[in-house]
Amino acid sequence: MKTRNEIDNEVLISLSLKVGVYTSAIIVAIGLALFYSSGHSGYAPGVFPTSLYAVYLGLVVGKPAAIVSLGLYLLILTPVFRVAASVFLFFFEKDYLYTAITLFVLGILLFGLFFGAAF
Amino acid sequence: MLLSSSIFVFLFSILAGLIGSILGIGGGMIVIPILTLGMGVPIHIAIGAGLVSVITTSSGAAIAYVKDKISNIRLGMFLETATTMGAVTGAFIGALVSPKTLYIVFGLLMAYSAYTMFKKRKTELPKDVVEHPLAARLKLSSEYHDKLYGETIPYKVAGVYPAYGVMYIAGVLSGLLGIGSGSFKVLGMDIFMKLPMKVSSATSNFMMGVTAAASAGVYFARGDIDPLVAGPVGLGVLIGARVGTKVMERLKNKTVRYMFIPVLAYTAVEMLWKGWTLR
Repeated sequence: MKTRNEIDNEVLISLSLKVGVYTSAIIVAIGLALFYSSGHSGYAPGVFPTSLYAVYLGLVVGKPAAIVSLGLYLLILTPVFRVAASVFLFFFEKDYLYTAITLFVLGILLFGLFFGAAF
Repeated sequence: MLLSSSIFVFLFSILAGLIGSILGIGGGMIVIPILTLGMGVPIHIAIGAGLVSVITTSSGAAIAYVKDKISNIRLGMFLETATTMGAVTGAFIGALVSPKTLYIVFGLLMAYSAYTMFKKRKTELPKDVVEHPLAARLKLSSEYHDKLYGETIPYKVAGVYPAYGVMYIAGVLSGLLGIGSGSFKVLGMDIFMKLPMKVSSATSNFMMGVTAAASAGVYFARGDIDPLVAGPVGLGVLIGARVGTKVMERLKNKTVRYMFIPVLAYTAVEMLWKGWTLR
């Protein structure tokens, strides 16, 4: 049987995913609605922001494609946050074996995110 | 991308999310061929959108499966050490391996898997599973509540080492090809660990987002995440995945397996075809 702690743990992971996914989905939807209604992405055809800084530059002038990109970037970060949350949850459950396993996964993810652009 | 085609992308993505979440595959295998072959989207942009589709299906489905306790979180997290290492390796060796070789090897493996699954198509729940000692040490064996039967079904986990190896390869393929390789993950859990099919599918869903996130950052920086393609894909897949999870809980393990076999066979043929025609 599962302990009460474990059940709370699972509900928390589910909730953190929900917040991440729906926040990014709403941002993507707003950007797409602006694009569909105006017919313009704010950029030349085939051009879109590819760095956080470029996304920021587009956002301050309200370009629809930049809004969509922001939502997509948040979406990519959602699983990373989920893993980070799990590290703490396993730790508070005093399950140190799984705290270590999850920390290892988080380490690899961050390595990929930071050194990814170098490949 | 034109406005009308962008709306079309949104619509078929709903379908891809529906199928993907039921089978525990990311939908990338469904989205990528339609985008490239059907709409003439460049392959790297399609792969970027495929990754977004994988993360959305995974997160959207995991919301439901984790809460309903079908997915095995400990097992997923343990196997993620293999898939993420694989994904990073895949990104490193990407330039060294010819895609042609990859496609053909992958295609053959999928064809073999489809055959294996077809042979055990009558199986509803695994029987007489001997628990692997490492599985006991890592507390991998668990139970799930089956809504169809209205009861809690305990299960044991076997074959930890071969499954771990399969997960590593699944990660490498994910990093190389930008897919979730969910079908590969389901296979490892089904054939080697001998889990109930629904647990394999739900746990694969839970894991895929993390594997895909490892390579998605790279694709974003490379300029392969086109908001006008990946945006409607992500949104459509999310809607489909939410509906799909509701459907899957009420299906038989056998039904999920029956649906999985043709998808596996189709993917195998597509992979082999791509490998054959690629120069």
